[in-house]
Amino acid sequence: MTKAVFRQTPSQTVGPFFAYGLTPAQYGYRHSSIAGPVLVEPDTSGRRIRLTGQVLDGAGEPIPDALIELWQADAAGRFAHPADPRGSNLGFTGFGRCGTGTDPGHRYWFDTIKPGAAKPGEAPCLSLIVLMRGLLSHAYTRVYFADEVVANASDPVLASVPPERLATLLARPEDLPGGRVYHFDIHMQGPAETVFFDV
Amino acid sequence: MAEDSYRPRDWQSHPPYLHPAYRSTELRAPTRPLIPLRQSLAELTGPVYGHAALAPLDHDLTRNGACNGAPLGERIVVTGRVLDEAGRAVPGCLIEIWQANAAGRYIHRTDQHDAPLDANFFGGGRALTDDEGRYRFLTIKPGAYPWGNHHNAWRPNHIHFSLFGPSLATRLVTQMYFPGDPLLALDPIFQGAPEAARHRLIADFSIAVTEPGFALGYVFDIVLRGRGATPMEAPGR
Repeated sequence: MTKAVFRQTPSQTVGPFFAYGLTPAQYGYRHSSIAGPVLVEPDTSGRRIRLTGQVLDGAGEPIPDALIELWQADAAGRFAHPADPRGSNLGFTGFGRCGTGTDPGHRYWFDTIKPGAAKPGEAPCLSLIVLMRGLLSHAYTRVYFADEVVANASDPVLASVPPERLATLLARPEDLPGGRVYHFDIHMQGPAETVFFDV
Repeated sequence: MAEDSYRPRDWQSHPPYLHPAYRSTELRAPTRPLIPLRQSLAELTGPVYGHAALAPLDHDLTRNGACNGAPLGERIVVTGRVLDEAGRAVPGCLIEIWQANAAGRYIHRTDQHDAPLDANFFGGGRALTDDEGRYRFLTIKPGAYPWGNHHNAWRPNHIHFSLFGPSLATRLVTQMYFPGDPLLALDPIFQGAPEAARHRLIADFSIAVTEPGFALGYVFDIVLRGRGATPMEAPGR
């Protein structure tokens, strides 16, 4: 028998028709969703924020069939997962999904809370997975908060990013009547191409 | 690399972002080199789902969309194991699948292909791997369908798979194909995977899994990123 290693199964694109499989409730299909754009429950602790933006292609056009997945810590910086020994006791799962196909401006949005920093010396941030037709392997990025000037200045991940590209990782705050909104567009290409990480 | 971190994405196995034969990559592929990220808690953790996330018929696509009868098409069993790069089982892994019906039509509202919908087929399902990493779906063999990538382009029969694994780093979205499909050689999405890795996307027909008088059986094992150490030599592919 030939010996072989167990090699990773290749990634393939999520394609254009993921909505009824991965985000059925958001798109109005008669199937339950395991995650959606709203991460907060009435009793979730922490400051409510909305994260929203467009996903733009190399021609600057908003992409109407992207899927964004959000993973984040709770307001105390804890992840609801066994690998975080502190555990999250705030009843917050920290995972959301939103497609860009239901908003007229092709925006994604998440109603969530601002996370705490996971460790001293790190700035608070959100992790995003970006999937779409035309992306054969998914992309990882992070969202930092433009108003966390001091924490951002000493964050080790931000320090690893070329300074001229840092702005692509900063969400811009705006206070609207409904509350605090952070704007974060994702540029797949172009002069403002978002920093993507090899996680 | 920290000993508890996950092995890197193996770019000898995964498709590149830019694959011009697949035209949609041209304006959507990131063009700058990825920036290495030392894995922290944000990557070593990820969404946790258990049996509470599943409804009783989630794994049975022949019944979970039925309105007034059974869906049309060839019933198939799709089963396999989710493993890491050391060949260890990945238990408790949420798998989500979605697919076209037997006529090659998705229930998705933007699918314009002139083929019939099936009132008794939805096309989405979920399962959780057991302690041995095993999952099992009962479904209908999806049909091929045309798409606009190039003249006379047809997607091979395929089922979309989404897996979380134990962390954000192990996230995988892929597609399972069927053995012997003549469209595989012509499909720029399948061909986007490096040549040496493509065969890992094709399920094996199995007479052992085939249920007599009921459904053909296919086996599709999936390997997710493992932790730290070099993958072990082991029989397999």
